[in-house]
Amino acid sequence: MNSYTTATHATTADAEHTHAHGPAPGLLRWVFTTNHKDIGTLYLWFSFIMFLFAGALIMGVRAELFKPGLQLMDPNFFNQLTTLHGLIMVFGAVMPAFVGLANWMIPLMIGAPDMALPRLNNWSFWILPFAFAILISTLFVEGSAPNFGWTFYAPLSSTYGPKSTDFFIFAIHLMGISSIMGAINIIATILNLRAPGMTFMKMPIFVWTWLITAFLLITVMPVLAGAVTMILMDRHFGTSFFNAGGGGDPVMFQHIFWFFGHPEVYIMILPSFGIMSEIIPTFSRKHLFGYTSMVYATSAIALLSFTVWAHHMFTTGLPIWGELYFMFATMLIAVPTGVKVFNWIATMFKGALTFETPMLFAVAFLIMFTIGGFSGLMLSIVPADYQYQDTYFVVAHFHYVLVPGAIFGIMAAVYYWLPKWTGHMYSETLGKFHFWLSAIALNVTFFPMHFLGLAGMPRRVPDYALQFADFNRIASTGAFVFGLSQLIFLYIVIKTIRGGEKATSRVWEGSHGLEWTIPSPAPYHTFTTPPQVD
Amino acid sequence: MLLPLRKKILSLTLSICLCLVGPTAWADYTLNMHRGVTEISRGIYQLHMIIFWICVVVGIIVFSAMFYAIIWHRKSRGVTAAHFHENTTVEIIWTIIPFLILVGMAIPATELLIKMHDTARDSEYSIKVTGHQWFWEYEYLGTGVRFTSLLSTPQDQIKNRDIKGQNYLLEVDNHLIVPIGKKIRFLTTANDVVHSWWVPRLGIKKDAIPGFINEAWAIIEEPGIYRGQCAELCGINHGFMPIVVEAKTEEEFNTWLEAKKASPTSHPANTGNTP
Repeated sequence: MNSYTTATHATTADAEHTHAHGPAPGLLRWVFTTNHKDIGTLYLWFSFIMFLFAGALIMGVRAELFKPGLQLMDPNFFNQLTTLHGLIMVFGAVMPAFVGLANWMIPLMIGAPDMALPRLNNWSFWILPFAFAILISTLFVEGSAPNFGWTFYAPLSSTYGPKSTDFFIFAIHLMGISSIMGAINIIATILNLRAPGMTFMKMPIFVWTWLITAFLLITVMPVLAGAVTMILMDRHFGTSFFNAGGGGDPVMFQHIFWFFGHPEVYIMILPSFGIMSEIIPTFSRKHLFGYTSMVYATSAIALLSFTVWAHHMFTTGLPIWGELYFMFATMLIAVPTGVKVFNWIATMFKGALTFETPMLFAVAFLIMFTIGGFSGLMLSIVPADYQYQDTYFVVAHFHYVLVPGAIFGIMAAVYYWLPKWTGHMYSETLGKFHFWLSAIALNVTFFPMHFLGLAGMPRRVPDYALQFADFNRIASTGAFVFGLSQLIFLYIVIKTIRGGEKATSRVWEGSHGLEWTIPSPAPYHTFTTPPQVD
Repeated sequence: MLLPLRKKILSLTLSICLCLVGPTAWADYTLNMHRGVTEISRGIYQLHMIIFWICVVVGIIVFSAMFYAIIWHRKSRGVTAAHFHENTTVEIIWTIIPFLILVGMAIPATELLIKMHDTARDSEYSIKVTGHQWFWEYEYLGTGVRFTSLLSTPQDQIKNRDIKGQNYLLEVDNHLIVPIGKKIRFLTTANDVVHSWWVPRLGIKKDAIPGFINEAWAIIEEPGIYRGQCAELCGINHGFMPIVVEAKTEEEFNTWLEAKKASPTSHPANTGNTP
């Protein structure tokens, strides 16, 4: 009903402005644009630059860890590199990339002319470059950049934090504002601008997962803002939220942080689930298996994500009933996650599979995300977690879910929709080369970290005992190859933008959905008259 | 075009492998968790292995189904796609079976956890462990014995000016001496930021948090030297505050304790050792 009336308004508005217009000339187009495709492009380029930058930071870390002893940097700089790597990858690379994909694809998938709040959209993007300029500038200020890890546990970040912590706090606030506005925009778009006939249960799964992700964002970003504000108060206004000496509670910081942090993990994976649910059916030439259960499983994962935060804190001395509850709740997440994996495999089963680059990334996602899920299940078992906590086993676990999960998901999406965006096909040979190099290097990098963690290597150390030397050398080698192979990705994207085989509007033989009904490249304005969905 | 690409990938894989089998010996590496020397650490090890093998079995089943589809249901084999896209029975089955497996995992985990939390009963010694930036301080409660334990690896080894010793970064000036066969309660706290006291072979990792006292316990079964490290990022020298526990027979321990009581108590210094 709602979507129908909105669509009628759009049609009358369209009749009044019959003149079609393209992008404004000149570079200022990018500053003032309110077009969802332009803003999507800005988000995606920004996140790619941040991805390369944060990747470069971790190359420094892996170089230092290539062999035992301090070679290249002092421990403080090492801590700054790991901290900024984590912060920039999470807030600068993964989240903006998903918002960029949402900007480009949600209006095209639901048959909307643009995002519901275009000016807000412009603002939520343009906050980001300033936020990250502030954060990255801390590398050049007197003293030190933030050096307490991306989790900024108090009192290391409050009482003991470097001066630049205040820059970090301000940057986090800006990123939070940007994320919240982006999430509001996505919710408003999905709830109001769907084409007539597109009921909720007809929405593409990518739209569904983003709707749920947006609610997660709106719920937890203010919690993060609260956490950094309390740190700010402790640092400058004489409060003792997290200062035991003043009656405060350092463990409360961890509760607040992880109440944000665990849903944040799902913010970084749910849109990827949506992408997989688009790509796997396309290249299996078969409908997604269990659409309804996919929607419910995603919602269940999102709801459960609010109830499991203290599994990051099993060694902090929680009472036994607390540990038992958080163990059981965490284990429960395996059920809906398992349902999703089974559904994807059932989608492939008895399909007619082809393995273009997006599908390769999707299959790699499926395998490696499942491995990351297994180590996650192991981590949920409290007694065993006492040995895994804060070791390289955890580093292996979350990189197995985030690199194949979030990063491969984003790359799969880029290969999948790049022909729609640019009107050109990318080079399949180069794409496959990029895929194989990345997939092999990823495993060479992160698989040995399981062994390192089990053998007893703590995370976030600049130097290590001699028995860890072999696996560290392997991991560093893999990391350098993985890092370099992303330059191939950059080359492929630029090459595809500049030219290549013309893409059809359908692009893929098995593709379904509104975005494939419009020409490639997608015109500057699409669906000014809403399509009718049966 | 395809063939040279495959060759490239192959040669690259090979060169990575060659790079990995480097000059240093593989004698010291470990692939798995240690069994450790306490009942708890062995319990953890067994639990870890049970869950690991459950994951392996589930993984084999799931990936077999996937690779079956990848191999046999390719378009290049001339297959046409089927049309099914839901099956309530199957979906209920694959929701319930994982749930039952999880219940099976939760039972032994709960049992062990209850045992681990049983810190206070029958403990014969209580040792207070205080984390500082960047060293540990140990206090044998009720005896007046208290000392600090600092990294003893020479700076020259860390800065690569000297050959690294066998226990590089895992050696300290004062070992934490404990008796075997006795229930020891460790009380962890910290003086500045959050640290974490971790000795893998005792199956203990407890955060040392300012303003809090956490508990853990161990009955060490055999004499020996058990090494560990701080596990929570605590600032610049987080990687340089190891833990060395030396377990002795009760007589040796008592002799040591009496001697220590007689000697002047060493107090914590306010300076860490900076590499």
